[in-house]
Amino acid sequence: MQLARVIGTVVATVKNDSLEGRKLLIVQSLDAELQPQGKPLVAVDSIGAGKGDLVYWCRGKEASFPFKREDTPTDCTIIAIVDSENHVWNGKRR
Amino acid sequence: MILARVLGNVVATQKNPRYENARVMLCRQITPEGVEMANTLLALDSVDAGEGDVVLIVQEGWGASTAATGKAGAAIDSAIVGVVDRIDLLAEETAQ
Amino acid sequence: MIIARIVGTVVSSQKDERLMGKKLLIVRPVNLDGTDTSGYVVAVDTVGAGFHERVLVVAGSSARLATGMKDTPVDAAIVGVIDTVDISPESS
Repeated sequence: MQLARVIGTVVATVKNDSLEGRKLLIVQSLDAELQPQGKPLVAVDSIGAGKGDLVYWCRGKEASFPFKREDTPTDCTIIAIVDSENHVWNGKRR
Repeated sequence: MILARVLGNVVATQKNPRYENARVMLCRQITPEGVEMANTLLALDSVDAGEGDVVLIVQEGWGASTAATGKAGAAIDSAIVGVVDRIDLLAEETAQ
Repeated sequence: MIIARIVGTVVSSQKDERLMGKKLLIVRPVNLDGTDTSGYVVAVDTVGAGFHERVLVVAGSSARLATGMKDTPVDAAIVGVIDTVDISPESS
């Protein structure tokens, strides 16, 4: 799983049927200092996240497990909203 | 599996139900020589690991889910499955 | 599968009980010309591989399919000791 910031949204009218009704968000993964790490990705939301939220996401086949339809074609799903930046303890006082 | 050092943890109230009662640990991958790498990741704890520990992280869903929650089928891609006591490198590796 | 060489061992006593009795080795993937890559992975040994040997490593959920690895939380397993590798001259 990776920490990430939701930096945008994606709207796609034409999409696979099993993605119907799913919210697509752009996430920028973050390192332990909450600095950007890697390239932004498109994630499916499973928890009600929105732009600006600090979240973490799950990768791979397991990313489809939060959904009833276990065949949801996603490899990146937001599974939690971190309470605040102060709820990320990286061993150093911020 | 990869080797990592536990930096701390992350608290989220609004989360996937399978993460209830789980400890989400913030970890930084290390090399076998113990040097910190750039890569940081989150992993669920299953062995009572603590801050500063060097740990073994499995990055495969079935193993991670069963280790951390006792059941398969959760949206979990990484779990801590061991606290490392010692890393032994062959003599010529440490010399390099 | 990848070709790797064994560079060390990991000792852990506080671990998932399904890993009890499993040998954990640190392996470094190698290129076809035998040079090291920069990465490493900790893999469970299923064949009794020894230090310095070149081995075959299977990664991902397939690692659990190796004999003796059923229902263990692993993502990499050593499934063979390599005797020789032959590459056709035009592809190297």
